[in-house]
Amino acid sequence: MPDDTMGGLSVRRERALAALADVPREPGAKKADPILVADDVKRQFGGLLAVDVDHVEIQRGSITALIGPNGAGKTTFFNLLTGFDRANNGSWSFNGRSLHGTPPYRVARIGMVRTFQLTKALSKLTVIENMRLGATGQRGESFWRAMFPALWRSQEDDITERAEDLLRRFKLDTKRDDFAGSLSGGQRKLLEMARALMVQPELVMLDEPMAGVNPALTESLLEHVKDLREQGMTVLFVEHDMDMVRDIADWVIVMGQGKILAEGPPEAVMSDHKVIDAYLGAHHDQSLAELEEQLEGGALAEEVAAELGQEGAAADDEAPTAKADTTPPGTTEDEAPTTTEGDGAQTADVTAEAAGAARNNGDDKGGR
Amino acid sequence: MDWGSIFELSIRELIGVQAIVFALAAIGINIQFGYTGLLNFGQAAFAAVGGYGVAVIVTTYEMSFWLGIVVAIGAAVVLALLLGVPTLRLRADYLAIVTIAASEIVRLVGRSAWGRDVFGGSDGITGFSDTFYDLNPFTEPLEFGPFEFRERILWVMAVGWGLVALCTLMVWLLMRSPWGRVLKAIREDEDAVRSLGKNVYGYKMQSLVMGGVIGALAGIVYSLFQGAMQPDVYATNFTFFAYAILILGGAATVFGPVLGAAIVWFAFQFIDLTLRAAITNEYIPDWLMNQNDTGAVRFMLTGVVLVLLLVFRPQGILGDRREIALDAR
Repeated sequence: MPDDTMGGLSVRRERALAALADVPREPGAKKADPILVADDVKRQFGGLLAVDVDHVEIQRGSITALIGPNGAGKTTFFNLLTGFDRANNGSWSFNGRSLHGTPPYRVARIGMVRTFQLTKALSKLTVIENMRLGATGQRGESFWRAMFPALWRSQEDDITERAEDLLRRFKLDTKRDDFAGSLSGGQRKLLEMARALMVQPELVMLDEPMAGVNPALTESLLEHVKDLREQGMTVLFVEHDMDMVRDIADWVIVMGQGKILAEGPPEAVMSDHKVIDAYLGAHHDQSLAELEEQLEGGALAEEVAAELGQEGAAADDEAPTAKADTTPPGTTEDEAPTTTEGDGAQTADVTAEAAGAARNNGDDKGGR
Repeated sequence: MDWGSIFELSIRELIGVQAIVFALAAIGINIQFGYTGLLNFGQAAFAAVGGYGVAVIVTTYEMSFWLGIVVAIGAAVVLALLLGVPTLRLRADYLAIVTIAASEIVRLVGRSAWGRDVFGGSDGITGFSDTFYDLNPFTEPLEFGPFEFRERILWVMAVGWGLVALCTLMVWLLMRSPWGRVLKAIREDEDAVRSLGKNVYGYKMQSLVMGGVIGALAGIVYSLFQGAMQPDVYATNFTFFAYAILILGGAATVFGPVLGAAIVWFAFQFIDLTLRAAITNEYIPDWLMNQNDTGAVRFMLTGVVLVLLLVFRPQGILGDRREIALDAR
């Protein structure tokens, strides 16, 4: 692992991109070396089919983003995969090992660790205790051995050393002995991520790592996520912030109404009409089925154009990618630059715009 | 007013058997509620099961006292498993409801008419403490300044404080270990602990069992001291006294339950004796209150003290103010 990090930051990324280069850009695409495979996963809440995933694979060593409008079932899918919720149907396996019905703590122990959308810092434990808790296989966690410090002291020292190392990397070392409850929202996100790393996972699942994080901290959080890949971990994250997705994801999976709608590299996915439908559909409070009917009937194209026209933004000639990049995160709909130029320009903007709106919702959740 | 005698009698309570019993009960609750966040409102049931374990085995079935102790502790473990298996996977409130119901079930079964042959009905069971007092190494009363303790109570106090010291030592050792860290983390957020690969259900069960067994020790000590096992001692107010003691001393502190128990029983006795003396000396006029009211008034005054404490020192006497401040965020 160390030689790779020394060998240049982009080695892992290039390897991940190379592995994904030939993967077809379609839902449920087969990957060269999947770490996680899920088949026919369904979760029903009353009459609502919250998750209905036919097939999905996560490429080992890559950063995969899971995006989709609010209520698309992303977090529920996370909960199912990690055992926090029970699926009505389906099977999924991690490193070839079936995980159906496995309780969450076992899922974590075999190397698949998640974080939460609403950060779960353990308030009345100090930062270092939070970190130490993350280490698995601790001898002192058994009742009888716990009473004899001699049996676990040396292991505890090793754990503390590893924890301090991680704290330094995440720039939390000055907070070492503070209660986790006294940290800011962004610091808690950092702590949660660092704590998850104490488990030494192979697959890190981050549920909205940016929600509620101060913009000044997002940059360092981004670096930390990229860093996970450099250290040989696989990352799967849910995010509403399209800038972040574009910046760090090797592969993007789009969910809508519980289904996988599209898959592909970030640029390709963001101009995919199905993705835009999903976001606009959420905007219009319409069901996807209706949208699809309209799409087949050719009615949707006019509707999209009409709505963009109503927003009355000025047209300009910038290239689609450049435009999308300059769209500030969280831009309101009225201010978002739109264009009637070509299809590509429109779609890129719409996606970024919808993402901005959605991200604001995400922030609300995070702040609660 | 005879302050010397008031203080002497109050200090006897400070280190007396009541303080021991409630210190043990509160130590148990401290593990469950203070450290793990489990709302066990049925500590009285665990104490009752402890008392019955010894009494039933020795008196009803005429078997060995030591078997009685083993059965008492075993019964507490079984009760904890019975309560925990269905509820510990659910939210915290379910355990609270189930335990408060269980504590009444145990008491009502104990005093029921159909169980009279085994549990002795509402009169309870006597005559099971001979083996315990036969072991008494104290042959003459101990005089210590103004205090004089008889052999019998000396023996109960020695054993009782020994148990309190042992349990406190265990809590101290456990709560500074990784095991204790997991419990505290579960109190904060059990899903986070699950996501880090800990079997939360298993830890909650261990906590419930350990607290319950210590509660059973409280019942054993009390029934041996009384020489009788009476079901109505273990009504729900037993549990809530223990909670008040724990919160007064400081939840999630090692010495909180012990300090709380000593202070509460000292205060009860002190207030009671002071009021009586004041009435006798006519410092308190007869139309306001008489001797018969002191029992009730001491509870009222204790209640006022507890309210003031929660207002001005919500973390309890030994608690850490910073921890409470986090809750307000």
